[in-house]
Amino acid sequence: MSRLTDSLAELLGRDPRKPAPEEIPVEVKTLHREKRADKRRIEKIRVELAHKAARAAPEKIRRTRWLVLAAVNLLFVFSYWLDIQLLEGALTASRFAGFHMADLHSALQVMLAFKHVVINLLIGTVTVLVLWWLLGGRTFCAWVCPYHLLAEWAELLHEWLARKKLVKDHPLDRRLRTVAWLVFALLALLTGYTIYETISPTGILSRALIYGPGVALIWVGILLAFEVFYSRRAWCRYLCPIGLTYGLVGATSPFKVRYHLPTCFHEGECRKVCLVPHVLDTVILGRARGLEVDIGADCTRCGRCVDACPTGSLTFHYPGQRQDAT
Amino acid sequence: MNAKAKTTRRRPGQKARRRFLRSVLYGAGVLGISLLGYLPVVGQWITRLRPPGALLEEKFLAACIKCGQCVQVCPVEAIHLADLDEGFGIGVPYIDARSQACDFSCDGLQCVLACPTGALTHDVNYPHQVDMGIARVVNEGACLAVQGKGFRGQARGPDFTGKLRYEEVDRWNPILVRDHPYDLELCDLCVRQCPIEIRIAQCEAGKPPSGDEYQCPPRPAIQLEPLGQGGAMRPVILDGCVGCGVCEMICPVEPAVIVMDSVESRAKSTGLRT
Repeated sequence: MSRLTDSLAELLGRDPRKPAPEEIPVEVKTLHREKRADKRRIEKIRVELAHKAARAAPEKIRRTRWLVLAAVNLLFVFSYWLDIQLLEGALTASRFAGFHMADLHSALQVMLAFKHVVINLLIGTVTVLVLWWLLGGRTFCAWVCPYHLLAEWAELLHEWLARKKLVKDHPLDRRLRTVAWLVFALLALLTGYTIYETISPTGILSRALIYGPGVALIWVGILLAFEVFYSRRAWCRYLCPIGLTYGLVGATSPFKVRYHLPTCFHEGECRKVCLVPHVLDTVILGRARGLEVDIGADCTRCGRCVDACPTGSLTFHYPGQRQDAT
Repeated sequence: MNAKAKTTRRRPGQKARRRFLRSVLYGAGVLGISLLGYLPVVGQWITRLRPPGALLEEKFLAACIKCGQCVQVCPVEAIHLADLDEGFGIGVPYIDARSQACDFSCDGLQCVLACPTGALTHDVNYPHQVDMGIARVVNEGACLAVQGKGFRGQARGPDFTGKLRYEEVDRWNPILVRDHPYDLELCDLCVRQCPIEIRIAQCEAGKPPSGDEYQCPPRPAIQLEPLGQGGAMRPVILDGCVGCGVCEMICPVEPAVIVMDSVESRAKSTGLRT
């Protein structure tokens, strides 16, 4: 199976597959073998982690990302409040300097329910499709979605409570998101109502910011509480169909997180912070299928793994970017 | 130690089954709550006056992408977005005519032009083609004109924040109704401020706002009819009424003598009056 088919299958909920021996090129196999034979590897990891703990570098990308996320959402808010008409509308559909934009999942729901596509919606949908294909698909989740930010804060609380042994994470089945996507698509088609929009925390939060809060925020609160006390990042990981839509768009995107095998110590720091750790299966010693591996479609390009990796083995990658083996 | 022993004894199949069950419950819970949104819609708990050009209610809920661009362009800020208590209608625009009606002071139906999905049908070009609903006289006995009374002062009192465009004051910008007091021998505010009647009068005087021949409404919307002796009159809603709600907003009587009825009249509407 090709890397893309695997990436899509994992996006839809399949567990990552261990590569068969014949899928691993000889030089990669040799490298795996050398790493396994390296008796001092564990010692190196200890030194590495101790060094990292002593420095405790701030998560630079995360800070930038939070700023970008806040800036995009506040641009909506101030465009309306100050009437500067730069970015009108909400995250579900908007006009940037007059150009139509439509959230792909909201547009899909409307198309299925209404069964009629006006030209403005088509223009907005195609614009956003091209934009997020270029930017990496689920990049939308980590860099724009306001619920993602609240969920990250809820996650910090969850982890703190988990360290105090007050809560425990209950992982769910990742195939649930695919089922939810299909069910909400079918419901829109059959009932003629955009039912997912009723409970979409992304839409609710975007509108609450721009047009003022309402009782719908209670629903968002319930979702966050569920994540704090029961299942870490449950909405984004296991349910949100918007994430799946953007994941499909980003599957072939040129913008990726790239994994560099030779420098990796396989300590697993990246997988601890990752929203979707299954995409980082390749960093487990013996799993990489190349000296360089692009991370799969479910990756939100949030950059937490890039921040977390002590050896710089994970980097953002654009095509044409100069390759240095740092 | 005991707990740990228990965990080891638990078969891996059992752990996976539990995870599966949790996932089914979570998914079913979310789905169930989303479907609860059907109740306010099917029960018609809340019926709303929708912005100009709104399709038949069911189609309107299907087509609306809940972005609020119509809210942002409205010069009198008549449009609001519904909350979660309206179920599937969450984020869908409505107008509360009593607090701020649509007075078509944008002339060009900005909300219709702003709508990205055609939930507000782009086939509507002029206010008189709009089909938001129809006005109904519900409380005729309280009507000042029916009692033969005049009206002096601010139509809705000093605290009312609603706006109207008075073309004789400012052609382009709506002003606060409280800043435009009236002095009327017989109260005729509902007829006097009706945007359709105002446009008809302009057309009859040979002074429509532009040279566009189609802008003149073909039918009147509201008039006062004589009621017995003594100069009393009563408001009568006519076929040209588009349901914009200005008469409901401007009515100085509390509660208003005229209210918008959008349910019955929109039952077959496509948002466009034919």
